[in-house]
Amino acid sequence: MIDRGYMSRSFDNFDVRFIGLIFAILGIGVLSIYSVTHDQGVAFPFYAKQVVWILLGTVAFLVMWLSDYHRIARLAYPAYAIILILLTVVLFEGRSSRGAQRWIPMGPFAFQPSEFAKLVLILTLAHYYSQAPRVGWLQRVVLPGLLVLPGLLLILKQPDLGSGLSFLAIYAAMLLMVGMRSKAIGVILLFSLMLFPFAWEIMWGSLHDYQRQRIMTFVDPVYDTGGKGYHALQSKIAIGAGELTGKGLYGGTQSQLKFLPEGHTDFVFSVFAEEWGFLGVLVLLLLFVGLIWLSLEVVARAKDQLGALLAVGILCMLCFCMVINIGMTAGMFPIVGIPLPLMSYGGSATIMTMASLGLLLNVKRRRLSFF
Amino acid sequence: MATAGLHDSELGELQRRLIILRVGLLLVVALLGLQLWNLQIREGPYYRDLSENNRTRSVIMEPARGLIYDRNGVLLANNVPSFTLYVSLEDVKDRDQLIDQLSSLLGLDEALVRKKLTARGSKQLPRKVKDRLTLREATLIESHRLDLPGVMVQVESQRNYPGGTTASHLLGYVGEVSPEQLEKPEFSELHQGSVVGQYGVEKFFDRLMRGQAGQKSIEVDAIGHEKRTVVVEQAHAGDDLYLTIDVRLQKVAENLLGEESGAIVALDPRTGDVLAMASRPGFDPNVLSRELTPKQWAEIVQNEGRPLNNRASQGQYPPGSVFKVMMAAAALETKTVTPSTTIFCNGGYQFGRRTYHDWKAGGHGSVDLRHALVQSCDVYFYTVGQRMGIETMASFAHQFGLGEETGIELPSERIGIVPSEAWKRKAKNEPWLPGETISAAIGQGYVSVTPLQMASLIGTVANDGAMFRPRLIQAVMDRATGELHPRPAELKRTLKLRPGILPVIKDALAGVVKEGTATKAQSALVTIAGKTGTAQVAALRTGPEKDIPKKFRDHAWFVAFAPVEAPTIAVAVIGEHLGHGGSASAPLAKELIETYVKLNLHAPSNVKDGAVVQVGDAGGQGTR
Repeated sequence: MIDRGYMSRSFDNFDVRFIGLIFAILGIGVLSIYSVTHDQGVAFPFYAKQVVWILLGTVAFLVMWLSDYHRIARLAYPAYAIILILLTVVLFEGRSSRGAQRWIPMGPFAFQPSEFAKLVLILTLAHYYSQAPRVGWLQRVVLPGLLVLPGLLLILKQPDLGSGLSFLAIYAAMLLMVGMRSKAIGVILLFSLMLFPFAWEIMWGSLHDYQRQRIMTFVDPVYDTGGKGYHALQSKIAIGAGELTGKGLYGGTQSQLKFLPEGHTDFVFSVFAEEWGFLGVLVLLLLFVGLIWLSLEVVARAKDQLGALLAVGILCMLCFCMVINIGMTAGMFPIVGIPLPLMSYGGSATIMTMASLGLLLNVKRRRLSFF
Repeated sequence: MATAGLHDSELGELQRRLIILRVGLLLVVALLGLQLWNLQIREGPYYRDLSENNRTRSVIMEPARGLIYDRNGVLLANNVPSFTLYVSLEDVKDRDQLIDQLSSLLGLDEALVRKKLTARGSKQLPRKVKDRLTLREATLIESHRLDLPGVMVQVESQRNYPGGTTASHLLGYVGEVSPEQLEKPEFSELHQGSVVGQYGVEKFFDRLMRGQAGQKSIEVDAIGHEKRTVVVEQAHAGDDLYLTIDVRLQKVAENLLGEESGAIVALDPRTGDVLAMASRPGFDPNVLSRELTPKQWAEIVQNEGRPLNNRASQGQYPPGSVFKVMMAAAALETKTVTPSTTIFCNGGYQFGRRTYHDWKAGGHGSVDLRHALVQSCDVYFYTVGQRMGIETMASFAHQFGLGEETGIELPSERIGIVPSEAWKRKAKNEPWLPGETISAAIGQGYVSVTPLQMASLIGTVANDGAMFRPRLIQAVMDRATGELHPRPAELKRTLKLRPGILPVIKDALAGVVKEGTATKAQSALVTIAGKTGTAQVAALRTGPEKDIPKKFRDHAWFVAFAPVEAPTIAVAVIGEHLGHGGSASAPLAKELIETYVKLNLHAPSNVKDGAVVQVGDAGGQGTR
């Protein structure tokens, strides 16, 4: 094991499969974005921009893959501080869209700090737990909770319900993977239940009308086709109408005729499902499952706790986004603004996701580099 | 790394715990797969249907309604393009807001718009909200297109009557099919917003003229923009009608009545062709074919002149002395009298304890049948009527077409009353009084007739007893085949009178104009025969006519035919509250007959296939 230098194994079969899956999903994403925006009639349409994001993402992927993740982790706290500053800046200086301030304009583009905050949070928590043995209530739950809180509040203030939920999911996943005694889990559950009404009040109160409507009409989207349940129903119609084999590229009337909103971002899965049917959906799900499986392998063979926590954090974050996104387009969850990793159009999300996957693969590479 | 070793046990624990994550994630993905299988495979067809409906909108293509021409091919009713505002309910996001926007943009009544949008009916079919948008309104809507999802402006044809009020009662008007009508079988193929004939020929021949609606499927995007149109079914235009009327004669007839209430009917006795049929006051069918507010509608319906009443076929008046024409024929046929039988008239007829007066106070002296008709002697006919009895009178009246529909192609024709013992028992549940026979003998009392019946009656006399069904339509142009189908004249019956009776009566009627009660009908152009009549409105009359308030004055009748030698036109005129037929109505009939002669309308029909069809086609597609 030791004599296998990491240079010789730096690009093995595992990496090829891992990167292959990433680009397969990215390709499907670009195709679907192209399908809905090919007649956009501007010089630089969304699908072309997405290709640029993927190129930038590839750079981020390579940087994260080829650096030493321990060194990256050491930057976690300062990075988290910077992210908190950016999240504060975005509240005042940000560009708003549909009632939410999420973007910091940067020339012709806009930068969405909440996306990067997710990765930075994973780094921060992984760094925190692996620095020293964290024992007891305070060190295991409360302190990291206090780390999460300012970021979470700033994100909810935008408001960005999707990213906020991702934040909570990352925290919960890391907490569970680090491990807690069953008694501790029981106490947390109890407290959560007791605090739930208050939390709900605060949550509900801080939500925008459109967010509340989305959640309320999730219950019965058919109730009012033209109104609040519109997006949910149109998305279900798009997916369902795909049937087994789909309507073919450009054949998706729901998306082509713009019944489906946000076909290139949050609802890109619906576009794909309408055009390629259940067979296409199965292929896509298998690609995702493949990527998840390889990621689990990385976690399973991680050499140290930092690597394992980083990998598991990234894995959980991406799985959470994928499940919630597909679930909401298929009418299983309320509609919250969570993009589908690797497929939805978006610069910050694409770059962040690819950087995360680079970091994840980095963990596997370092596994073999004893020194 | 130094730190790594510190928590090796924890790393091992974490990696063992991974199995939970593996199982959990697989489970969640499997759940996703299951839901997608549900949506796409199990419920796939349902959602495919929804998506098809999402992208296509059914739009009805209204058929072009058949055109109406007069006997010479002059256009009386056509279709002009106009903008109609539709709302596709499926595309409406916020109905209340839309109602707000539409009513403020177009100045419409909010409640009215709401009613249209909430009326029961298919959600797939667009609702008609307003027709005859002005160009400005249409532009306004189009420029707000993006704020008005579901709103469409369609170019449609709108009924137009170039002659305005001319022949309004004949032509009728069109209107949206009412909810009550929609439930009837004859309107089953129609839908809310369909236009149907609501009056006159438009109503009577609605089936022919209506045509068949087509349908097109419009592929739209989420804002309702048209992307592609697929015609599912072509609309078929309705058939064209060629009326028997001559619009020039019609206008003259209407102008003759002027501001007075009344009716004029002119027939060709040889065929039953209605040459003119005027009823005043009239209405403008262009206005009535538009959508009226309840207030406008109430104004028309409650108008005292009752403009919607076609007095020619629906007005029922006592025939007065015009009845004597029939009475004379009946008396001769039943041999109650011979032409030479004389009856002495001293100005009154004693029956029981009551005296029935003649219109002429001193009486006419000794009168025979001709004299009785020429001078309209009442006592002569009291006597004759008394001798014949009411049942005989009634049976002859029926033979002359009274108390029955003439069969004119107009809706809701009235039949008047031919009284008899049976009629009175049935209608009033009272026995017949002998004195009533005497009133009936001079066309008063219970007897009532329509002007059309009178025109038909005098025409039948003029035509030597051959009674043709009055008809309004001489030909129908079948739009599908492009063929013109002339409709034959219909002989209704021939009066069962011995030969020689009608010539006597016709001679007497010529005398009425030459030397009798209707000398004002004498014409230098043509020989005219006729009979005056005065229909009593109020039973008790005191003082001279001009002192009586107008609404109690008598109706003035005059029936006529010309030329006496070979009659080609029969006319009935009634002027409401104009007093004596001889002075008020006879000159109108004369004028009309003179116009007829000047227009040279003797020929039975002016339809010459080629010529008329050409007129129709020239006006055809462009104006439909």
